[in-house]
Amino acid sequence: MNAMTRGKWLAALCLVPFAIFLIVFQIAPLLWVLVNSLESEEFGWGLANFSKIFSSKFYLQAIQHSLEISFWSSVFGIIIAVLGSYSLRRVDSKLRNFVNAFANMTSNFAGVPLAFAFIILLGFNGSITLMLKQAGIIEDFNLYSKTGLIILYTYFQIPLGVLLLYPAFDALREDWRESAALLGANGWQFWRHIGLPVLTPALLGTFVILLANALGAYATVYALTTGNFNVLPIRIAAMVSGDISLDPNMASALAVVLVALMTLVTVVHQLLLKRSYHVSR
Amino acid sequence: MSRAESSPVGLYHRAVVYLLFAILLLPLAGTLIYSIASSWSATVLPAGFTFKWYVQLWSDPRFLSAFGQSLIVCVGALVLSVVLILPLLFVVHYHFPKLDALMNILILLPFAVPPVVSSVGLLQLYGSGPLAMVGTPWILIGCYFTVALPFMYRAITNNLQAINLRDLMDAAQLLGASTFQAALLVVLPNLRKGLMVALLLSFSFLFGEFVFANILVGTRYDTLQVYLNNMRNSSGHFTSALVISYFFFVLVLTWAANILNKDKSQ
Repeated sequence: MNAMTRGKWLAALCLVPFAIFLIVFQIAPLLWVLVNSLESEEFGWGLANFSKIFSSKFYLQAIQHSLEISFWSSVFGIIIAVLGSYSLRRVDSKLRNFVNAFANMTSNFAGVPLAFAFIILLGFNGSITLMLKQAGIIEDFNLYSKTGLIILYTYFQIPLGVLLLYPAFDALREDWRESAALLGANGWQFWRHIGLPVLTPALLGTFVILLANALGAYATVYALTTGNFNVLPIRIAAMVSGDISLDPNMASALAVVLVALMTLVTVVHQLLLKRSYHVSR
Repeated sequence: MSRAESSPVGLYHRAVVYLLFAILLLPLAGTLIYSIASSWSATVLPAGFTFKWYVQLWSDPRFLSAFGQSLIVCVGALVLSVVLILPLLFVVHYHFPKLDALMNILILLPFAVPPVVSSVGLLQLYGSGPLAMVGTPWILIGCYFTVALPFMYRAITNNLQAINLRDLMDAAQLLGASTFQAALLVVLPNLRKGLMVALLLSFSFLFGEFVFANILVGTRYDTLQVYLNNMRNSSGHFTSALVISYFFFVLVLTWAANILNKDKSQ
């Protein structure tokens, strides 16, 4: 018995190094941010930083840009991922495995390299921009704008969406489709009453992960615009590592807003998920 | 499924898959062509082809040192992860199964907190004082451990569940092994392949990490991504060669992980 408890103590000792590293590199920085967001350089402790954020056009614009770009890139990303992974299930296994593996690999093609690739293709002198201009399809295209960023973000959302959604189609069994057809349902009715309700939890979950992924993205937009486009992650980083106007407390408050937005999305997801189960039963 | 292949529906699905492939391939193919083009400006197609950008890249000492430093940081972080996570998982699953629920919440933190947010606190806490690590590779190794944590934890947990940890340990102990011996000589070899796959995949995404590297360390210890970002003003062909070299390296790693994974499931 004594040896047993000693063994347990030794085992518990194995947890200590892990706990130390997790605290030092994850928990302590987060706590620092949470606490210091409540201290303002001018007004001392309180919510001054937050009232400044919500009354400043500049900060509100950053929040709005972040939300818009994340929302639209997630919508486009998930639509392409749904169509793609559904079709992936229905082609021969050789093509399927190849494209699946390729999507896996391109999920690592993000951040700085991706931004550079897009500059080459869609920048002011990008080959696709020139091609479309010569064909007379577009007048001009500005990759460094909100539209440009939505396209860029959509690109890195697609592989992640396929990765997450492809297994979800397991839930949709082929014989259900046949049974529905036998009972007289057309394609639209099948999707409306069977397909979509079954897939809803997976779609919601994937959408939330895509949103969070885009909200927190920093490298791509930084590399594309050298930090000149106003989104939340750029604002936060500029106030701790920029050349002018360092304000770690304000950066913390903005960081809390960012984490709060992500938490809000997750809470809404949980509520919708409960409702969707309820409806489908 | 083969019956549907030549029908209009089958054609539609093939078309969608090819289109998806084309979308994913386009930026890569564009960069590849740009990296071997001798010059390509204001025209739709390049003027000629050359390998001089690759030669220039691979003989640039700053590139080689950034590449090496990236390798050091990523390998360091993964070694640290294995050393910290393996004993933890073993202890949690063998001695304290109830802790698994708590761990599943803790490993969500690196997901829920974007690196930009962590960096704010990290810069202030470790910029000076007893743990002044900002600007050194050490802080990157620690941060990359948290980045890899959720993935490594899940991957190794799945493996542990697949091998029946308790039976394996009991059998080894019946045959006279101590807990430590059993863990090291019986359980560990059974985890080897799953661990390799998790390490290769973690390596491929750590190798592309930019946020921590740029904010916490920057040019004081160039990693590949920081170097790439700083080369933004040099020739586009040169940066393309850099992007393709980087992607090719990651491609080989993920491909190796894929093969190992297939081996395992057979």
